[in-house]
Amino acid sequence: MDLSSIDLVTLVAALMVASTPILLAAIGELVVEKSGVLNLGVEGMMITGAITGFMGAVATGSPVFGFLFAALSGAGMAFLFGFLTQYLLSNQVATGLALTLFGLGLSSMLGQGYQGVRPPSTPRLDIPVLSDIPVLGQMFFSHDLMVYLSLVLIVLVWALLKFTRAGLILRAVGESHDAAHALGFKVVRIRMLAIMFGGACAGLGGAYLSLVRVPQWADGMTAGAGWIALAIVVFASWKPVWILVGAYLFGGMTVLQLKLQVANIPVPVEYLSMAPFVITILVMVVVSALRGPGFVGAPAALTKVFHASN
Amino acid sequence: MIRLEKRPQPSKLWIALTPVLAVIATMIAGGILFAMLGKPPVEAIRTIFWDPLFSEQFAAYSRPQLLIKAGPLILIAIGLSLGFRAGIWNIGAEGQYIMGAIFGAAVGLAFYPMEAFYIFPLMVIAGAFGGWLWAMIPALLRTKFNTNEILVSLLLVYVAEFLLQSMALGALRNPDNSGFPGSRNLSQYASASNPELFTGTGIHWGVLTAFIAVIGAYILLSRHILGFQIRLTGQSERAARFASVNPKRLVIFCLGISGLLAGLAGMFEVSGPSGQISIDFNAGYGFTAIIVAFLGRLNPVGILLAGILMALTYVGGELAQIMLGLPAAAIQIFQGMLLFFLLALDVLSNFRIRFRKGGIA
Amino acid sequence: MNLKTILTGATLALGVAVSAQANEVVKAGFIYVGVPGDGGWTYEHDQSRQAVEAYFGDEVETTYVESVPEGPDAERVMTQMALTGVDIIFTTSFGYMEATNNVAAKFPNVKFEHATGFMRNTPNVSTYSARFYEGRAVIGTIAGRMTKSNKIGYIGSFPIPEVIRGINSSYLSAKKVNPDVEMKVVWVYTWFDPAKEADAAQALIDDGVDVILQHTDSTAPLAKAADAGGVIGFGQASDMAAYAPAPRVSSIIDNWAPYYIQRVQDVMDGTWESTDTWDGISTGMVKIGDITDAVPADVKAEAMDLIAQMKAGTFSPFTGPINKQDGSVWLADGEVADDGTLAGMNFYVEGIVGDIPN
Repeated sequence: MDLSSIDLVTLVAALMVASTPILLAAIGELVVEKSGVLNLGVEGMMITGAITGFMGAVATGSPVFGFLFAALSGAGMAFLFGFLTQYLLSNQVATGLALTLFGLGLSSMLGQGYQGVRPPSTPRLDIPVLSDIPVLGQMFFSHDLMVYLSLVLIVLVWALLKFTRAGLILRAVGESHDAAHALGFKVVRIRMLAIMFGGACAGLGGAYLSLVRVPQWADGMTAGAGWIALAIVVFASWKPVWILVGAYLFGGMTVLQLKLQVANIPVPVEYLSMAPFVITILVMVVVSALRGPGFVGAPAALTKVFHASN
Repeated sequence: MIRLEKRPQPSKLWIALTPVLAVIATMIAGGILFAMLGKPPVEAIRTIFWDPLFSEQFAAYSRPQLLIKAGPLILIAIGLSLGFRAGIWNIGAEGQYIMGAIFGAAVGLAFYPMEAFYIFPLMVIAGAFGGWLWAMIPALLRTKFNTNEILVSLLLVYVAEFLLQSMALGALRNPDNSGFPGSRNLSQYASASNPELFTGTGIHWGVLTAFIAVIGAYILLSRHILGFQIRLTGQSERAARFASVNPKRLVIFCLGISGLLAGLAGMFEVSGPSGQISIDFNAGYGFTAIIVAFLGRLNPVGILLAGILMALTYVGGELAQIMLGLPAAAIQIFQGMLLFFLLALDVLSNFRIRFRKGGIA
Repeated sequence: MNLKTILTGATLALGVAVSAQANEVVKAGFIYVGVPGDGGWTYEHDQSRQAVEAYFGDEVETTYVESVPEGPDAERVMTQMALTGVDIIFTTSFGYMEATNNVAAKFPNVKFEHATGFMRNTPNVSTYSARFYEGRAVIGTIAGRMTKSNKIGYIGSFPIPEVIRGINSSYLSAKKVNPDVEMKVVWVYTWFDPAKEADAAQALIDDGVDVILQHTDSTAPLAKAADAGGVIGFGQASDMAAYAPAPRVSSIIDNWAPYYIQRVQDVMDGTWESTDTWDGISTGMVKIGDITDAVPADVKAEAMDLIAQMKAGTFSPFTGPINKQDGSVWLADGEVADDGTLAGMNFYVEGIVGDIPN
């Protein structure tokens, strides 16, 4: 097999673009899950963000406003989820699935009339000096703003969880809401904020699909990206840096299998298409096997209902 | 100030009442939505909820169709509910459903065109095995390596979908179809078909199996030690450990049974209503069943009713599209709202609402 | 208002005595696999449905159900539609083939029209499809003339005869005008997944491809081409005019309207019969969208000439000599491929590199 025909520079550049939607959605969901809430509605929030972002960008002519709208509407959808699960104490798994169903319908309704419309293009932001470095410049420093923003978000979330008091509180709520409540923290309010942050990130991820990666609006265009984002969170064992690894690995496999086809390397296509999923599972198994049986990694209070009984 | 007070026992009255209230609330909210779309709201609601059951024009056809649509949903949801009660999350029933269909169909097609009484039973076994096998992957990875079963079962759905496409285009393709994708039609191959058992009822082996599964799950949960262990693990993992519940065995059992039932559902579907393996054979039953399981509050009888209600919104929703030109998206939103209301109002069965003056929550 | 009052009203309005037969409103139903807003396959079917309404006015009523999954759901929707008293049902996806025939057997008085299939078990089923490969010969010619890198990319959905035929047809035409041309095929295993199509287009562009053909329905590849600059593509299924004049330099449009109007007319006249239609450019079922000024005048003239020849029926893209990929002879000099072979085409022609999956 001759792999020399695969160009590493374009591979890396393409995988960064391909991974950004799931990266954004996954880092948001990580924060949600860290607070002890599982929101399976990522797909629904993403697709809502994809259409509202698209509508916003088309209406204003500015992708920046598009992304803003997407983040707001994602947060709005998340608020609905939060209200049901946190105030009305509904089951998180079922509510999340319902949110996905609702979001798919809502987006399809909002999107009528936006098919075939061409959105304003999101400019590429060549980072001065760095983008001029041969090879590395094109690989890493010649993308649009959202790619960098997603990377900055990873670092911010990592730092927030690791070094700040807010991060400590968030984790405490996620590990034991009763203890956190006893210490005087507003469990529900903290969780609501986390949930809405997650929704905003999912909305951004969706808008990145409809405004940059594709870019167009089409019904059901997220095509399962939200579910992949959820899987990446578990894959990453709730560690921000591993979200980056997981998302880029997944995006990389997706792009690589297409590149292998273009390069006419004789590998069975139908099995190659499965590769991103199978390899994600395998890596996950290796990682969990290495950690040993005692390790869980999930926030202890995940999916558990909190109700202050006093 | 409104606050919630946990009831010592869930209220029987409200458990019965909330679904009714939720349906009424959905009708009102849905009616407003339909009116905003310029469609007659009352007529739309009637078309969705009433016509499939009682309209002279459609009911004779639609009523059995409700069972055909609900059958696989109930069968899968029953299996899932056992695991969900014990905190074992199989999100990948869709994949197990596909594998059941592939295994079942493969066995049937291997015998073609021979006619024999044992072919269908063999297909049933193969379908159950296929679903079980696919569920054993996350089960074993969880028990051996502590790998999260939500992730693995979910990712395996995508793998199963690619396998399905590959089968429809390759190994199981009908050789008489000159290159077109899709397998032979099993429903037209007597020994491998899953026909309607009683004319005009819609009941085929899959629907019957779904009913049996409901009864089986009910007995398991209320009478059997395993059911007790499942309920105990769901309530408190620590208590379960003290009661010497073997958590690994429970994982294997719960994932195994849910995979097996999902596989059966896929097999009955491919040999009956669907008839053939095609690229898009799966239509989301595995995911919808998760919703059905929760709508039914993980209770076997509840799942039975929830499955039929869900089927009603599908069948009635299609009627509303034909008769009134409602867009499919509006039906989807409507279904989403129904779920939201059911989930939201559920709070009433577990909690009392107290009004307090000026208090702090 | 019931049917009777409508009828009376119509008769009065016409002011002439017409037979009840001619005056009855014909109801046509459509089953869509996607949503009209997909901008491609279903969009064109829905446009043609609207054309039927516009053409017949009050004499026709149409209804449709969108996003109907293939399999048992399709059968149920068709049955319910038949129960509402429609006269003719168009089922617009290959996967509806079995369901269409099953339902047709139960409703002998309802006419069924199944797109892209071949099964007609009862006398009330017709099948129809379009010779998209004729359109692909035209855009293949443009592609062969326009490419500077001599690399043409082709995004394939599933390895089925319909798609393989398109690849062969466009390759042969490109090769004819540009012997150095090379075809890169990428299979994405989906009809419609904009993100995956975008990735596939990007992978092709990264490899130096400067003309992209697609057999998937989204505009994503065109958007990627616009992004890259210096890359052209073609609208697929619908015109995709938002990307004109470049990168979209032309398009293949599925135009079902003439056929739908004809078939509804046949129902009205009581002359409907079970048929198997496979029409192309000559009847207008396949249309070539406006060729933009991004295409040099001589290339455009060449493409127009090809269209004219196919309209006149003097040219078929599959005219020998053509060898199969393995070098064996498929068509001798001057021999034209028969429809049977074309319908089941499962091989590449000579010159295309790579294997068909499976």
